Amino acid sequence: MNEADRETRAVTLESGSRRGRALRGVPLPLLVPALVGLAFLLLPLLALLIRAPWRSLPEQLTSPEVWQALQLSLISATCATALSLVLGVPLAWLLARTRFPGRGLVRALVTLPLVLPPVVGGVALLLALGRNGVVGQWLDSWFGITLPFTTAGVVVAEAFVAMPFLVISVEGTLRAADPRYEEAATTLGASRFTAFRRVTLPLIAPGVAAGAVLAWARALGEFGATITFAGNFPGRTQTMPLAVYLALQNDPAAAIALSLVLLAVSIAVLAGLRDRWMTASS
Amino acid sequence: MTDTDETPAGVRADDTRGDGLDARLVVDRGSFRLDVALTAAPGDVVALLGPNGAGKTTALRALAGLVPLTGGRLRLDGTPLERTPPEARPVGVVFQDYLLFPHLSALDNVAFGPRCQGVGKAEARAQAAAWLERMGLADHAGTKPRRLSGGQAQRVALARALATRPRLLLLDEPLAALDARTRLEVRAQLRRHLAEFEAVAVLVTHDPLDAMVLADRLVVVEHGRVVQEGAPSDIARHPRTDYIAQLVGLNLYRGRAEGHTVRLESGPAVATTEDLSGPAFVAFPPGAVTLHRHRPTGSSARNLWRCEVAGLETHGDQIRADLTGELALAADLTTVAAAELGLHPGVEVWAAVKAAQTHAYPA
Repeated sequence: MNEADRETRAVTLESGSRRGRALRGVPLPLLVPALVGLAFLLLPLLALLIRAPWRSLPEQLTSPEVWQALQLSLISATCATALSLVLGVPLAWLLARTRFPGRGLVRALVTLPLVLPPVVGGVALLLALGRNGVVGQWLDSWFGITLPFTTAGVVVAEAFVAMPFLVISVEGTLRAADPRYEEAATTLGASRFTAFRRVTLPLIAPGVAAGAVLAWARALGEFGATITFAGNFPGRTQTMPLAVYLALQNDPAAAIALSLVLLAVSIAVLAGLRDRWMTASS
Repeated sequence: MTDTDETPAGVRADDTRGDGLDARLVVDRGSFRLDVALTAAPGDVVALLGPNGAGKTTALRALAGLVPLTGGRLRLDGTPLERTPPEARPVGVVFQDYLLFPHLSALDNVAFGPRCQGVGKAEARAQAAAWLERMGLADHAGTKPRRLSGGQAQRVALARALATRPRLLLLDEPLAALDARTRLEVRAQLRRHLAEFEAVAVLVTHDPLDAMVLADRLVVVEHGRVVQEGAPSDIARHPRTDYIAQLVGLNLYRGRAEGHTVRLESGPAVATTEDLSGPAFVAFPPGAVTLHRHRPTGSSARNLWRCEVAGLETHGDQIRADLTGELALAADLTTVAAAELGLHPGVEVWAAVKAAQTHAYPA
């Protein structure tokens, strides 16, 4: 379509609604699957709302089990995010700003937990940090630290699954940030660490925040690695997703109520990231 | 702080081995090799002038320690700096696009250097305020860089670099990011600040005007090598490469002088008033050329070449004609003259230049 055509088209469509203008001309073979896909994604959420036990909801949500699970979930997800920040931001910096042999391999390994089935992650964590694990046996005999089946174990399992999200997000932001600011800082007498702390970190703060929210959401929903590595003890390691799964066996109404809470949290996260991702496509 | 070797006021240190900059910068980068020697006494302003890709910025980065030297030496006030990391060098840099930290106010940008040198927060901010005051920016201390105009940002960048009290100040294309009118104003201010600066200043530019206004000495770099250095006026009068000749607007040829004639490598001879022998350059400005459609008979010009017009363009209020033929040269003439001669590409003309308007000097 040439420029003049586009112009006349725009003029003739001026009277149409915005939506009509945007959708007109979309080929059916694309439109139909697109709408089916949209319905496929939205229908389950809709069902959750339709079948929600709205009348008994206040009662369900105020039950001590729910509160316990929710509290544990929020605390462990926040701790896992903090752990991911402390370890993940420096790791992202290393990947983005330094050159060392095998860097590509290291990056691939960092992203492995993204694609690894979480259950496998849980098994791997048990073998590494379990009481008889490769490292865990020393933690146990030297420091008396036991991670499996403890709340700390929940944090470790969640961080293992969530940290790659943060690392990838921060690394991307670092790559987009101008490294010459760090150079300018060093010519002013800043060590590389000072340059990172006082110049780079403030510049990439939005990316770090977005990565942290993403990691937090992932940690909150973590199921497989947690149940494998930390078990399912109410009040100690039973997080929301675990509680939902368990409730579904004997009290479906409670499961729905718990799911609604997680759905609300997810929507809140999405709203928080609105500026960053939702508007990127428009 | 490295103000240990301060020269007494009013006395210019003649011994450049101890004081100031003494460098030979060698940087190997695959197919590109930079090999540039630079010396300067405290108070000197040296301009590295050269076309894009000549290696000027690499030289500047090597001085700052942002690019490692593969060879040569770097001494500042007698101290070897080759192995010193950039943060430990007494060097300040004004980057081409300033690189002011966007999250810090102008004041905190300037205070950054002193803070890194261990000055307390309040004292660093007081020093920064004094620098901004000196730059005439006291009112903009709290302004974020994105709200500063180009000229203001340039002065904040200069204040930030000077606040570390460097013994070597580096400026990378200091005026390139400014529009034409701001440039004029900032150039004059920068000249004043550089004149006040007591240590060595090295600036990189591809603009001959900036170089000549700001610097006491020019070092012309082409393809990673120094092709000529000297006072601006000397370089403008005696260019030694086509690049410099073009910059200063001269026709430049290389040949062999025999008395009052320079026989060019390309064949023709140029008559001059100088009496030389051996390899020589001969130069004349485009304005010294007169053009004729027919071979002039009564002309006193001793140099006459048969040429063809290759191109025409306006050059200020004049027309510049690019000629090929016996001798390739540029000639300036008025619009009226160009119209009367009926010049257009392909036209054959005679180009005449008086011997008195050429200038020959040994190569």
